[in-house]
Amino acid sequence: MNIHEYQAKEVFRQHGIPVPPGQIATTPAEAEKIAEEIGTRVVVKAQVHAGGRGKAGGVKLAGTAAEARAAAEKILGMEIKGLTVEKVLVTPAEDISHEAYVGAIVDRSSGSIVLMVSPAGGIDIEEVAAKTPELIFKESVDPRYGLLAHQAARLGHKLYAGDPGRARQAANIIRKLYESMIDSGASLIEINPLITTGTGELKAIDAKMNIDDNELFRRQAIADLRDVASEAAEEVEARSQGLTYIKLDGNVGCCVNGAGLAMATMDLVKYYGGEPANFLDIGGSSSPEKVVTALRIITSDPAVKSILFNIFGGITRCDDVANGIVEATSGIELAVPITIRLTGTNEEEAVKILEGAGFSAMTDMDEAVQKAVQLAKN
Amino acid sequence: MAIFADSSTRVVVQGITGRDGSFHTRQMVDYGTTVAAGVTPGKGGQKFDERIPVFDTVEEAVREEGATASVIYVPAAFAAAAICEAADSGVGLIVCISEGIPVLDMLRAARYVEDQGARLIGPNCPGMISPGQTKLGIIPGQIVQPGPVGVVSRSGTLTYEVVWALTREGLGQSSCIGIGGDPVIGTNFIDCLDAFEKDPQTEAIVLIGEIGGTDEQNAARYINESVSKPVVGFVAGQTAPPGRRMGHAGAIISGSSGTAEEKISTFKENGVEVAERPVDMPGLISKALNG
Repeated sequence: MNIHEYQAKEVFRQHGIPVPPGQIATTPAEAEKIAEEIGTRVVVKAQVHAGGRGKAGGVKLAGTAAEARAAAEKILGMEIKGLTVEKVLVTPAEDISHEAYVGAIVDRSSGSIVLMVSPAGGIDIEEVAAKTPELIFKESVDPRYGLLAHQAARLGHKLYAGDPGRARQAANIIRKLYESMIDSGASLIEINPLITTGTGELKAIDAKMNIDDNELFRRQAIADLRDVASEAAEEVEARSQGLTYIKLDGNVGCCVNGAGLAMATMDLVKYYGGEPANFLDIGGSSSPEKVVTALRIITSDPAVKSILFNIFGGITRCDDVANGIVEATSGIELAVPITIRLTGTNEEEAVKILEGAGFSAMTDMDEAVQKAVQLAKN
Repeated sequence: MAIFADSSTRVVVQGITGRDGSFHTRQMVDYGTTVAAGVTPGKGGQKFDERIPVFDTVEEAVREEGATASVIYVPAAFAAAAICEAADSGVGLIVCISEGIPVLDMLRAARYVEDQGARLIGPNCPGMISPGQTKLGIIPGQIVQPGPVGVVSRSGTLTYEVVWALTREGLGQSSCIGIGGDPVIGTNFIDCLDAFEKDPQTEAIVLIGEIGGTDEQNAARYINESVSKPVVGFVAGQTAPPGRRMGHAGAIISGSSGTAEEKISTFKENGVEVAERPVDMPGLISKALNG
């Protein structure tokens, strides 16, 4: 789960990481009022779960309260990577003399948290990493001992070589960032940039946190940060039923059990000349209700011209899926054709259930995909 | 022969009385797995299905019934603790089916298992099966048959699809290992490739990957350097959208985009054939076996 910049900054603040003040506005008038209260130049920043906000025009500098209002008018309602901006953060414009990068991530290949810093922070940090990897400094945290004080100190000195005062401040921030990560159940946490102001202070002026979904059951305060309004409605509905749904641009609606098979099915749709309308994984143990929800979500997308079910029964029982399809379609006329492929656990019962309701079922994945693609073209 | 588990493996099921644990224990027994014991804290002294002794701790199951491997079906909140308990009890192989384990818990558990010298498969995986001998996990027994092909995969149902395609063409398997798709797992592609390379029954290897991370790229380089047996790869997610990625740390640390395209080209650069569709896998494996 992603949380917004302003929420991540609040977590930082609670852990003692210096962040500038700021408030959230949902209307241009609110933005104007906040800017007035701040009384200096401000930055108006889109709060949206997408990277590259600045490059998309979602971050604007405003010299006066009236300019802040105008900036908010432009940014609110703007679409960034398919998501509508509903909120802006209004925060003082800082006097920046240097930008550094500080981040931490759960690293798959070493099976540990890795902290990374660079004295060359800012929006082009990935380019810095690719072209001048010697400017990226890392420390791997042994999960048995946690972050050790000397590791944080070492990173501080790498960031601000020859400036022990700032190095010490930075080490302190790095330790607090690590604590924020552990306390919030984050799998990624980032300050980019960590600025040095004209008076030599360090401040985190942007913040990113990605929370491990598997932590939410035991961290209610973090779970409550979820901003449902900023997510696509279908994705929210899918998640409430234990499904994973991602809308795409094609016209073949896909309903599959298992993420790997779902992706392989989408790849096959493309292979046979079609375009998938979505990724939809109904998960391991399926119930008829999940299938009903899945069908409702798929059919609510007007671009869908053909629906494809691809089920390989293991834990998922084919008869459950068949019952779900029959239940979801009883009493309504499906506007688009449906192609059903299922094989595995309780396949024979499933075929009987489907045939009893006037559907036919296939067992070969490639044949089913080809048929669904063809039907989408008619 | 097979890798990691065979007909001599004595299994303890952690979470044997739960909904998933009891269902899949019966499936494993039906397949021929020696389920020597079960563990559910507080239910020690009972018998599962009037036959399999249930203990409060894994340590008792090892001492009393000689369990050599554990399969874990306990809820996510308790699964990391269950993994550590198994490792501390002396079983050499731990297969964790449970999904939804917090990654920070897994960082510690995976390191603990390593320190105890045990092998962990998973979590969030379908487990493993050595056809005709034993299965530890949830891979359907009816889709496999004994033979010369080693299968290792990050996925669940996609693995079944590929294995079933092999079986239909008469290409049996030595062992099929689902290593799981979580960020922190125990056994990885390279561990399985190494074991298949040393296993006399295995003559060819199928590796099923997906987008994200760099495990496939690392495996490709390892194959080039250290695997003499033919390997055919498959990567799911060629049409997956780039997404609304937040943060830079992932790209900085891996130096990689993790796309299917990058993985496929790394396989090819390292001399690994790649199946375009799951259904192409049997043909490429046949060719490898006969070539």
